[in-house]
Amino acid sequence: MFDFLDLEQYDLFGAFWVTVQLTLYSAVGSLVWGTILAGMRVSPVPLMRGFATTYINVMRNTPLTVIIVATSLGLYQTLGMTLGGGDSKEAGFRLAVLGFVAYTATFVCESLRSGINTVPVGQAEAARALGLGFTQVLTLIVLPQAFRSVVAPLANVLIALTKNTTVAAAIGVPEAALLMKEMIENESDAIFLVFAVFAFGFIVLTLPTGLLLGWVSKRVAVKR
Amino acid sequence: MKLRKAGAAAAAALVLTLTATACGGGSGGSGDEEKITIGIKFDQPGLGLKTPDGEFTGFDVDVATYVAKELGYDEKDIEWKEAPSAERENLISRGDVDFIAATYSITDERKEKVSFAGPYLLAHQDLLVRADDSSITDAKDLNSKKLCSVTGSTSAQNVKNDFAPKADLQEYGGYSECLTGLENKAVDALTTDDSILAGYASQKEHQGKFKLAGLNLSDENYGIGLKKGDTELQKKINDALEKMVEDGSWEKAVKANFGPSDYKNEPAPKITETS
Repeated sequence: MFDFLDLEQYDLFGAFWVTVQLTLYSAVGSLVWGTILAGMRVSPVPLMRGFATTYINVMRNTPLTVIIVATSLGLYQTLGMTLGGGDSKEAGFRLAVLGFVAYTATFVCESLRSGINTVPVGQAEAARALGLGFTQVLTLIVLPQAFRSVVAPLANVLIALTKNTTVAAAIGVPEAALLMKEMIENESDAIFLVFAVFAFGFIVLTLPTGLLLGWVSKRVAVKR
Repeated sequence: MKLRKAGAAAAAALVLTLTATACGGGSGGSGDEEKITIGIKFDQPGLGLKTPDGEFTGFDVDVATYVAKELGYDEKDIEWKEAPSAERENLISRGDVDFIAATYSITDERKEKVSFAGPYLLAHQDLLVRADDSSITDAKDLNSKKLCSVTGSTSAQNVKNDFAPKADLQEYGGYSECLTGLENKAVDALTTDDSILAGYASQKEHQGKFKLAGLNLSDENYGIGLKKGDTELQKKINDALEKMVEDGSWEKAVKANFGPSDYKNEPAPKITETS
């Protein structure tokens, strides 16, 4: 039944490893960029607030495929940016990570902002009364508590990101969805089994993520 | 109030589309005497293309129209249905189409699920390069080049596994993205079947910009896909194809669709798919 799955011809584990790498780099990048964006959105400087709000509304409402293809066609093919990658595969990987960070950071930021709203205003006021500046209030008082309350929403974002990495096949990053396209092309008699194999692969990646982070979110949640 | 009206209009439009699609799906199948449903590509210039004003053009379309005429259907009785590469087998086995002429290469895996008639065209994997570029004359030249093809396609896999494992292969979702890169000199060549390349090079906006390199890297026999085991239809289609070659319509269709790209077509292939 599964004789179409010739692991010498199809590097299934290699392809999923690229998916994992894409996910990890993009997750770290979007966590950093998303936190900065959240800081900007609650900052007292109108220009920063305006920039972050505009950026989030533009990025969040643009289809991911458009963003990813634009990084490749616009930045790489037309402007010649490779982000330090040598050949087109390497450049495609880095550009895809850039696109995923730009897109996913908006969701991280909005989750984090809802976490900031769970921190009572009195805490920030008390910190201000002690003489802390905005950056200190944010990094020492508000964000640590906000992060603890948004582990579960961030897990959702991470799972969505894992599955979104399949879009990178549109610019030729050799991850799981690209291998799936090759297998559909060659093994057209077992097309639904091919789907099943890849669906299972993604469940193996995302289910433990969800369970683990669900447990973490219970442990670290701020009891109020 | 305004919002409610808009909502009602949207709901009505949705219902209309749903019923419209339901009607479209019902008229397929081989039991229908008056209409014939044929699967083609809608997005492949030169082979099967739906033009903005709803007409269909291309070599596959011409062949399918001729075959349908021989089977006793007028041009207006043909219902065209889009057959994307990954869905062709399922469209046939579900009976949504009577036959498919959509750059459908005859392979053993596909014969597990469908039967073929033909072949009606022998295509080769080839390269499309900029008109002023003459640096590619042999398959060995490819290893130092930047190539472009469609994600997961047979042509892309051939490059990776056989012709040029060291070449820098960029894969995209469609050929149009590759053409952008080829025009901007970000890639050196676009590779796939020469019939498809000739179709792109013959498009008005591309004429004179690109040329075919003329390397015959592989053989692709385009056949007409039909329901597995339907030998009666297979024989009828084969007869129609033979007649098409004999009375010169085949040659005329090739010239009309691929002519402007200076594509040197193979002579009409011998029918091999008989049972």
